[in-house]
Amino acid sequence: MSDRIEVLKTYKTYIGGKFPRSESARTYKVKDSKDNIIANACRCTRKDVRDSLTAARSAFPGWRNRSAYNRGQILYRTAEMLEGRKDQFVKELTNTGFNEKNAGRETETAIDRLIYYAGWTDKYQQVFGTVNPVASAHFNFSNPEPTGIVGIVAPESSPLAGLVSMIAPVIAGGNSCVVLASQANPLPAISFGEVLHASDVPGGVVNILSGYSDEMLPHLSSHMDLNAIWNTISNKKTRKQIDENGALNIKRVLHTVNHIWLDDENHNPYYILEFQEIKTTWHPVGN
Amino acid sequence: MMSDFSNTTQQNEDQVNGSEKPTSPNSGLRLDFSSFWEYSDAPESKDHVEIRDRYEHFIGGTFTEPVKGRYMKSYNPADEEVIAEFAEGTSGDVDSAVKAARKAFGKWSKIQPKERGKYIYRLARMIQERSREFAVIESIDGGKPIRESRDVDVPLAAAHFFYYAGWADKLEYAFPGRKAEPLGVCGQIIPWNFPLLMLAWKIAPALATGNTVVLKPAETTPLTALKFAELCRDAGLPDGVVNIVTGAGQTGSSIVSHPDIDKIAFTGSTAVGKIIQKLLAGTTKKYTLELGGKGPNIIFEDAPLDQAVEGVVNAIFFNQGHVCCAGSRLLVQESVADKFIQKLRDRMETLIVGDPLDKNTDIGAINSKEQYERILKYLEIGRQEGATIYQGNNSLPEKGYFCKPTIFTNVSQSNRIVKEEIFGPVLTIQTFRTPDEAIEKANNTPYGLAGGVWTDKGAKIFKTGAEVRTGVLWSNTYNKFDPASPFGGFKESGLGREGGLHGLYPYVNLKQT
Repeated sequence: MSDRIEVLKTYKTYIGGKFPRSESARTYKVKDSKDNIIANACRCTRKDVRDSLTAARSAFPGWRNRSAYNRGQILYRTAEMLEGRKDQFVKELTNTGFNEKNAGRETETAIDRLIYYAGWTDKYQQVFGTVNPVASAHFNFSNPEPTGIVGIVAPESSPLAGLVSMIAPVIAGGNSCVVLASQANPLPAISFGEVLHASDVPGGVVNILSGYSDEMLPHLSSHMDLNAIWNTISNKKTRKQIDENGALNIKRVLHTVNHIWLDDENHNPYYILEFQEIKTTWHPVGN
Repeated sequence: MMSDFSNTTQQNEDQVNGSEKPTSPNSGLRLDFSSFWEYSDAPESKDHVEIRDRYEHFIGGTFTEPVKGRYMKSYNPADEEVIAEFAEGTSGDVDSAVKAARKAFGKWSKIQPKERGKYIYRLARMIQERSREFAVIESIDGGKPIRESRDVDVPLAAAHFFYYAGWADKLEYAFPGRKAEPLGVCGQIIPWNFPLLMLAWKIAPALATGNTVVLKPAETTPLTALKFAELCRDAGLPDGVVNIVTGAGQTGSSIVSHPDIDKIAFTGSTAVGKIIQKLLAGTTKKYTLELGGKGPNIIFEDAPLDQAVEGVVNAIFFNQGHVCCAGSRLLVQESVADKFIQKLRDRMETLIVGDPLDKNTDIGAINSKEQYERILKYLEIGRQEGATIYQGNNSLPEKGYFCKPTIFTNVSQSNRIVKEEIFGPVLTIQTFRTPDEAIEKANNTPYGLAGGVWTDKGAKIFKTGAEVRTGVLWSNTYNKFDPASPFGGFKESGLGREGGLHGLYPYVNLKQT
């Protein structure tokens, strides 16, 4: 046993259902709390951001048109897979400075969030949709529909629970997404890509990149095929830049900064609604 | 007899395929309103309408002279005459209006919700009582046919206040698990195409949720907003709850940039919407944007074609085509294209373009000289792009800004007239073979406000309707509006909804209960 040399994992990215390295072949060092190097993470580029957007756009119609029941089943499956690999995630988190208890809470919260949103996939339409009593002879109803591709800037402080708390409501609502993982601690995010991959989440629905957010974020937030962006960076200058880039194509911009991601208030259906468009259909009533 | 008739129809349809012959079974006998029948004038009287020579801002419950003392003129686009002068708002005026709104917010947000509702009901009732006066002013100031201002704009504006008045004391039922709190002072900037109705869309939900407002009407159509200010006074609405500041783009910009405004609601072009969103970058102001569109209107071969012709006329010629959700791109299935286009041309011949105050008028005056020139520019662009232009033989008045209903055929997806919002009575027509091609073409635009689908098959309506990425989908109808029905766009057509329960969201902060 003690003679055996441990096999180390190469952390790559997760784009379009595959695990490529950054096209640039650049990496950056991820260190543990004692400053030992534990991984060479991909330092993704503008090209990687664009590739992710392309993958997300191709995946969107298929995912949006899955039945709500099926999306719920897949999210539930994701929770099952994460539960089964709990030890791995706890270890990855403790390697990077979480104590055992917090690493456990971080992982368990992530699992519970997935279960929570799995249950919402076929219910939020009933809570937020309406049949509208118009005065004319028309049948008129309003339904939430996914806004499209959502850019997610995941929180630094909560590299798994925070990440999953953002991805889950976005994809539960039928969107696809491009995620910038925690810069300092991207490993749980990349490993979470493996969980998604093993859970029948179609390739391209979730794309996860690691790297320097100041290198990737301007290209993500200014991308003309991105429909919305959900940011957790509190720096005022960065937020302003995201807002300004959002104005290029009327993106839906949501900032949630300084959140305690483990708190229960972070799971609620209003996060699904943030990335939905209300669509209203009219049809005449008559002979 | 029956069989004779259907034989004739069949023959005619055969002939028509690929030719330009009329589709009517009695080929030579289609209705030609311009040469056979004359309509007598049917002008709406304006002797009961009071318009002052000059209007000031309405701030803190009183009409207030502009700080810089400058005034602008509002013209009647049907005869190019000045109707009245109105104040040009500068940052000083905006600041007084925001201060008045802030002062009023404290009390207004705390009065009993049911009492707040009663004030809004009063406004609804007063619009109904003075509806004819509002309709006439709307037509004089903006050029829209009296039939539309009388039957659509004004009644819908009243209905909007009526609808949201009822929400004022029922908000705890609107947001499950959440408590709604008002935002504060809302800056609202509205366009010139539906002046009073857009005012209602903005002010009614804002007041119902306990906010106060500073509203700027468009510089070509300020009059009904200023008449509405008189109603606020007559209704005893507390001072400062509604403030109206008039002016052009600079005034709007002062509102957007004012530091003590909590929310911006804008309806207008996508270009200006982008400027506003950028101006708001880095602030904590909330915003909703209702922007432009290039609505696809899809006609399948199994659609009831005569109904669809009426729908297309309503989709693009309603309000001179000054409609953000206009069905300005017609997509018609190839198998019925020639027949459909001929029917549409026949129908266009019968449209009456002229005096907005005449009750027979179908298409009134183009809202302003600026917009008139913009439309003419696009007609020229269309010709240069090689498209085939068709206009009816409609007669136009000698004075004023009028445009014949126009269709362009032989256009492609890359043409500017297909891609850009013209905001006039100008329709482009493309064809398609399969439903997938129709959907592909419909969605090939950065806009996503509204669209139409015409077919007799229910299943196809739901399929196509779900695939067309727009905030409003009219199936077998077009350009219908109701206060209970949410309205707003996907993609670059804006964000947020107005109308219905969903129209409350932009005006509240939701707190956990």
